[in-house]
Amino acid sequence: MLELEHLTKRFDAILAVDQISLTVPAGEILALVGPNGAGKTTTVRMLSAILKPTAGKARVAGYDTVTQASDVRCNVGLLTESPGLYMRMSGREYLDFFGEIRGLSVSKRGERIHDLADWFHMSESLDRRLGEYSRGMKQKIALVRALLHEPPVLLLDEPTSTLDPMGARLVRDTILQLRDGQRAIVICTHNLPEAEELADRIAIIRRGRIVELGTPAELKTRLLGFPLLEVRFAPSAANGAAAVVSQFASVEGASTGWVHYRAEQPEQVNPLILRALLEADMPVISLQEVPRSLESVYLRVVAEGM
Amino acid sequence: MAKRAVGLKKRLQEYEQRVVAELRPALVLTRREVKDTLRDWRIVAPVLLLITIFPFLANIAASKGLAFVNRYGAELIMQRLFPFLMLVVGFFPSTFSLVIALETFVGEKERRSLEALLATPLSDRQLYIGKLLAATIPPVAASYIGMIFYVLLLGFTVHWWPTLSLFIVALVLATAQSLVMVSAAVIASTQSTSVRAANLMASFIIVPMAFLLQGEAGLLLFGDYALLWLVALGLTVLNVLLIRMGIATFNREHVLGREIDSIDFESGLRTFWEALRPQGGVKNLYGREVPRLVRAMWMALLFTVLVTLGGGALIGWWGAVHFPLPVQAIDFSAFKDMASLQTAVKTTGLLSDFSVSAIFWNNVRALLAAAFFALFSLGTLAELLLVAPIAIIAYMFVEIQRWGMNPWTFLSLLVLPHGILELPAAILATAQAMHTAVMLLRSAEKGGGMLGIMRELGHFVKLFVAVVLPLLLLAAWVEATITPRLAINFLSGL
Repeated sequence: MLELEHLTKRFDAILAVDQISLTVPAGEILALVGPNGAGKTTTVRMLSAILKPTAGKARVAGYDTVTQASDVRCNVGLLTESPGLYMRMSGREYLDFFGEIRGLSVSKRGERIHDLADWFHMSESLDRRLGEYSRGMKQKIALVRALLHEPPVLLLDEPTSTLDPMGARLVRDTILQLRDGQRAIVICTHNLPEAEELADRIAIIRRGRIVELGTPAELKTRLLGFPLLEVRFAPSAANGAAAVVSQFASVEGASTGWVHYRAEQPEQVNPLILRALLEADMPVISLQEVPRSLESVYLRVVAEGM
Repeated sequence: MAKRAVGLKKRLQEYEQRVVAELRPALVLTRREVKDTLRDWRIVAPVLLLITIFPFLANIAASKGLAFVNRYGAELIMQRLFPFLMLVVGFFPSTFSLVIALETFVGEKERRSLEALLATPLSDRQLYIGKLLAATIPPVAASYIGMIFYVLLLGFTVHWWPTLSLFIVALVLATAQSLVMVSAAVIASTQSTSVRAANLMASFIIVPMAFLLQGEAGLLLFGDYALLWLVALGLTVLNVLLIRMGIATFNREHVLGREIDSIDFESGLRTFWEALRPQGGVKNLYGREVPRLVRAMWMALLFTVLVTLGGGALIGWWGAVHFPLPVQAIDFSAFKDMASLQTAVKTTGLLSDFSVSAIFWNNVRALLAAAFFALFSLGTLAELLLVAPIAIIAYMFVEIQRWGMNPWTFLSLLVLPHGILELPAAILATAQAMHTAVMLLRSAEKGGGMLGIMRELGHFVKLFVAVVLPLLLLAAWVEATITPRLAINFLSGL
């Protein structure tokens, strides 16, 4: 659905995007994460055919972003970083205007506005002026604008940055519901838990380049090593546990009541360890993966470039 | 025949459908923006005051003024002032077009609503036209209302009604002035990074418009309504050029992406120098570079030749038909000898001295001035300046024929000896000036923009120094030494 080949954008002396190549198939959610000025928004603007690449090319929904810019814009729903609404218009007028610009018929516009407003619990406020909306409502209206024409490609630039936790939850659930076999979604975000929750794959951008790309699990393994597992025992029964575990995996640390180890293939090693511990009469209380956040991955990647 | 007519009708219908399809989305944008403007009391309130209170005040002033000057039998002054006040009543509301237009793109950028609009399937042209119309319609409508209100007041109070022609020209002028301000302001808005920067650029629009209004006041005072129509026509042509320029240079990327207003003098100067600097020796300059420059501007060259020779000949012929010159008007005694000719030329005031240097510098000055004005008129003023001498030659050609002399002898003895050098030089310089000015209509991606202009300016200087100046120098020498002798030989016996 999205194909980027050596996509590059230069603003005078600044190289904003540097030879990004990736594909996002239909049905996938890709998160672009990176520090401010990394080139996320510029990439999204090129994918929505607002900016022309300096070099390389991109195809969106089968259309070239330079030679078929209008077709690209017809097939993309863009949620901009800032909602950027016309404050003197009512929500309904605003959505109707964008629907009309996109060539939707009067009945189709009415139907879509009704359905989406209902979905976002905004039906009551549609006839109020946008200037009177709260930040969260503004963001929701901008999201409705992006969805109005049922685009096969959704580009969401910081979709929850201005929302309260409830609003953010609603938007995240909506994004998950929007995932289907026909649609590709790209999210730019600083919110790493959000990226981890929503994205099938994550691309970390630094200075215009994709420095890491993979599923959250792949990124963690690649950058933080194999999963760290923790086995806990009753304190009285832990003597010699580390020695038992070390027969199957690399022990990272041990103390009274617990042992930390890394396993390349936990699904194979863990049952063996459990069986050996039980046979050695060491009652196990729990065996679980030590949570590792995407933030650790991100900080390591970004720090490398500092 | 009938088949061809049906085919033509079908093609016209298809064209109409294409235009409608192109315009419809632009009009959706226009409608939204007009609605938005009309919802802003900060615009509506002053405009309402201007179209209701101001005509009323103008009418009171006009009535009182008329009563006063009537006592001294000078009612003509007031009667000439009425149409001027009508123009002023129409002009003030139209200045709001400037306020709306200046912030049209850059204002949206500041409010961060532009990106969503740029992400829609609207083409650059549709965006531009939509916003242009939105900035024009409310102020022009207000101008019309104000002028109609004022005329009605005048008619019913002092019983003065403008002629239909005057009223229409006033409406056309109000529309054209608004459009000029809007199209210039929209260009300013697309090229600025902030509303403040756009507002600062507004003075470049207001000042010439204020001069224009003063000029129009003079024309109204002297009752020269025909010239007012010419002003309206000139403004319309300027509008077409500005709109064309705006569409060509509008770049959604620049509108959204640029954050700092800056002019890259260094790149500009480098481009200018690279274009000016000969790439090789003299042989390469005349053998390759000059022919390449001439080839590159072939369209401007063709246009210049057609307009100056064709247009000049037509104007000269028209002048000779309508304003024939009595044979006594020419003082043939001036062609008695060189001294008489020198004196006669000096008395015309056109040249300080009938010498090589005077003729040369006069021609150089004229061509440089034409090139300068070309930049501000997309080449048209330079073309007009070159049309004038051709028109004079054509006029004299017809007149000499009418006096029973052989015009070809006149042409071959008095014009061709130096003209054969001077005319190509002038045509080359004018064509290159036009080619340079046209860069304003091209986006930077298509070789235009600031760097395009600097490059073509470099080419202009190169062509001027390498070709035009030597030709002019040679032409001046021929004109000062050979042509007069030929003229004396030809005309002294007449």
